[in-house]
Amino acid sequence: MTENNSELIRFTAAQLADKLAAGEVTAVEVTQAYLDRIAAVDGKVNAFLHVNTEEALAVAAEVDAIRAAGGAAAEELHVLAGVPIAVKDLIVTIGQPTTAGSKILEGWHSPYDATVVERLRAAKMPILGKTNLDEFAMGSSTEHSAYGPTHNPWDLERIPGGSGGGSAAAVAAFEAPLALGTDTGGSIRQPGAVTGTVGVKPTYGGVSRYGAIAMASSLDQIGPVSRTVLDSALLHQVIGGHDPRDSTSLQDPLEDLVAAARTGNVDGMKIGIIKALHGEGYQAGVENRFNESLELLKGAGAEIVEVSCPNFKYALGAYYLIMPSEASSNLAKFDGVRYGLRVLPEEGPLTIERVMGATRAAGFGDEVKRRIILGTYALSAGYYDAYYGSAQKVRTLIQRDFDAAFAKADVLISPTAPTTAFKLGEKLNDPLAMYLNDVATIPANMAGVPGLSLPGGLADEDGLPVGIQLLAPARQDARLYRVGAVLESLLEAQWGGPLLDKAPALTDTAPAVPSPTDSSSADAVASHGGSH
Amino acid sequence: MTDATLSFEEAMEKYDPVLGFEVHVELNTKTKMFSSAPNVFGDEPNTNVNEVDLGMPGVLPVVNRTAIESSIKIGLALNCTIAENCRFARKNYFYPDTPKNFQTSQYDEPIAYDGYLDVELSDGTVFRVEIERAHMEEDAGKLTHMGGATGRIQGADYSLVDYNRSGVPLVEIVTKPIQGAGSRAPELAKAYVAAVREIVKNLGVSDARMERGNVRCDANVSLRPHGRERFGIRSETKNVNSLRAVEHAVRYEIQRHAAVLDSGEPVIQETRHWHEDTRTTTSGRAKSDADDYRYFPEPDLVPIVASRAWVEELRATLPEPPAARRKRLQSDWGYSDLEFRDVVNAGVMDEIEETIAAGATPTVARKWWMGEIVGRAKNADVDPGQLGVAPATIVELNKMVEDGKINNKMATEVLDGVLAGEGTPAEIVQKRGLAVVSDDGPLLEAIDAALAAQPDVADKIRGGKVQAIGAIVGGVMKATRGQADAGRVRELILEKLGVQV
Repeated sequence: MTENNSELIRFTAAQLADKLAAGEVTAVEVTQAYLDRIAAVDGKVNAFLHVNTEEALAVAAEVDAIRAAGGAAAEELHVLAGVPIAVKDLIVTIGQPTTAGSKILEGWHSPYDATVVERLRAAKMPILGKTNLDEFAMGSSTEHSAYGPTHNPWDLERIPGGSGGGSAAAVAAFEAPLALGTDTGGSIRQPGAVTGTVGVKPTYGGVSRYGAIAMASSLDQIGPVSRTVLDSALLHQVIGGHDPRDSTSLQDPLEDLVAAARTGNVDGMKIGIIKALHGEGYQAGVENRFNESLELLKGAGAEIVEVSCPNFKYALGAYYLIMPSEASSNLAKFDGVRYGLRVLPEEGPLTIERVMGATRAAGFGDEVKRRIILGTYALSAGYYDAYYGSAQKVRTLIQRDFDAAFAKADVLISPTAPTTAFKLGEKLNDPLAMYLNDVATIPANMAGVPGLSLPGGLADEDGLPVGIQLLAPARQDARLYRVGAVLESLLEAQWGGPLLDKAPALTDTAPAVPSPTDSSSADAVASHGGSH
Repeated sequence: MTDATLSFEEAMEKYDPVLGFEVHVELNTKTKMFSSAPNVFGDEPNTNVNEVDLGMPGVLPVVNRTAIESSIKIGLALNCTIAENCRFARKNYFYPDTPKNFQTSQYDEPIAYDGYLDVELSDGTVFRVEIERAHMEEDAGKLTHMGGATGRIQGADYSLVDYNRSGVPLVEIVTKPIQGAGSRAPELAKAYVAAVREIVKNLGVSDARMERGNVRCDANVSLRPHGRERFGIRSETKNVNSLRAVEHAVRYEIQRHAAVLDSGEPVIQETRHWHEDTRTTTSGRAKSDADDYRYFPEPDLVPIVASRAWVEELRATLPEPPAARRKRLQSDWGYSDLEFRDVVNAGVMDEIEETIAAGATPTVARKWWMGEIVGRAKNADVDPGQLGVAPATIVELNKMVEDGKINNKMATEVLDGVLAGEGTPAEIVQKRGLAVVSDDGPLLEAIDAALAAQPDVADKIRGGKVQAIGAIVGGVMKATRGQADAGRVRELILEKLGVQV
């Protein structure tokens, strides 16, 4: 890796866009720099399940050619043209495998592109590859991937959060400037928090879900992962907006999120602290960083108000009824009949039911099975009203809590996760402890409101990143960027630069290991098999 | 094993049947219920599919607006209330013809509910069938089980699946329990399904071809002793897919239930399969209320809002209801009740209407269709309308007869020529050399010959027995191979013999 390349990867997406436009670097140089970085460090991080070298370089070369030719075509290039991106492997792509982190889809190639992928292609952003995740996005640690866990670049012994640990770790480890994530209960924001990156869950319906393999349809949302608030806004602007293929997609024209991020301002704004989402159960270092952020915002002219959301305490319980219920139905299609893994029963008659059963038994991991069983139970006749029905009522109550809170405050603020990154394996055998990680992020999904997590500093006790979460009313995503940009600049001024400057340099330690494209090999799977 | 049955008469003596129907109507929209793939029958398997129909990972449904409009039209034609807001739900079950392993259907919020349909029986009796609901759903793919004796999935060597039908829009029309039909239950069953078929065809929302599965009927039958309020246990005979079969299946189930009840055994609540060859049903799957489809609202779709303005707009586009149309046509045409019922039962009402529109009188149109074409269709085992006789052909033929160019006998010969594809009536007349001989010269020669051949008859006529003339006319017609104008021949004979009449 050249000196130049190692510098290139540390630029933000916005900076790269400027340099590309000014002709200071080429898209091929930028893309190659990231591919080199992936080759150098992903053996340790395991953020990528597939690296898309050829296509990424071809797209980059196309951008360079257009720019070199000049004229209208060059002028019409999207601002992010040539800026590479990683895509969570829950989002389908033509030309690359899509696994959802599951054995059941190993080797499957989608015949169609997700809408967000089409939009990345239209913007001519080279796709670096597909990132690791908890199987079908079910988890908070990426340990439930069938292809081995992703490691937190801040401490390789720790989890990168989940389910989008691959996307967050890739961005934190400078393997990509941008990534796409999906967030059903916090899968973008919580990994952002524990890896010191920025992650945004847009308003439900703000970004098309077409082509995101569904876990819980009424909660899932695709969103940006980046190192800065502005970069997320730039990416959000690419992927957002109405899609006729998603009936739940909002018709509203997209707000100018980039302008909001560039003109951040909190003067006179009311920022609400949610009593239920800090204090007891939150790590002291997390609380400290959270309180510091409040002071900074106050200093910038914001008024901090306290809001009460009495029903948030039911959110986690209701979430763990609605999410598995929808997931149990969404995952029924994985049956070995039309695509993906097909396993024949070892003995006994070869009936369709038995082939489906054997396929699902072999293809799904424990956490997926746990949620399918939970959901199947919750939807069963005689239990539906008590479980799914009650959970939907809780959902309404949470929406009302938000309505009341947003009557008093323009945005809400909380820690993103109650703790910093825990050790790999630490909570693998305790699903309930694992589920508690999402206690602060779940309410936004239950109500469909947007949320953003940005780095809030390092916890005193372990020196690991802490995330600050901002929440805004539905369709007011711009507010997140306006406030987030201010808080980010105040914090970075305090730190003397981006938080990620404090992260360990991964290349200093052990020698590089084989290409991450091999990470789906039998070894990687075996190392994970039977661990829980 | 064949089930025991009572005679229908005995069953009716002892029991009172209660019916219920679920009729599935495939809509003829251009594209599918939730995807942009074409909705076309009969294409190569698995060609009219896209990622949505195949249940690929990541896909989402989008509701077909035309399908909603068609459903609302059906609801209105069935005198239903149209829901202002309704939702789709997921019906979860694993089966390989259902790519997502759930069917997107409506559950507790149908688009149309609380309607009725007045069904006319063959003798003109009108029976009101209450409609509980008409809801939207998607069709499943088509499985073909290869090998094995039964043609069912159990015992098959392997099964082929065609997803072309997967996602085709369906409207399921569910009746309330139909009571009081008594011994006319089988007839009512047939008439009800026929009436539904007629309505959806008339609306133009379905091709309504039962042989293609556009209209499919599940028939529920239960019996109770006369005078008892409470319903008996029902069976549901699935996929009875012709009008005749609906009648036979209901009749058979009544006889079977009666035998079961007589034996003191309980009727089992189950689905039954209909066998056209033996006209019997056999036991399918035991069906209980414990069947758990884990319905829940489809989270990938937003509720359907049918504004009152939209509903009224659609109501204004509805064609005249079939029953009202029949009443109007009968009165316009001046047919007797019997004549009109014959026309309806022969299935040529539309054809007669078109023929009249093309210029024929109602009497002429009926004479041709009922007198000539229906019989030929029966011989060819097709619907009269499928023979390919254009209304204009009938008008042309009739005009030739009226103008005296050909006689009735020739006209039927020309019709056969038209059916054989020989060309237009005028072409056939020319090609076959058919024309009424109106030149007196050849006729007089033939008359002389005929009179010479039958001198005794000639004498009779001269003696005033004019009715004997038939034999001479017949001789002339024979000699001219039927091409003479019989009226003219008669005149010339009388002239020749100097007989005044």
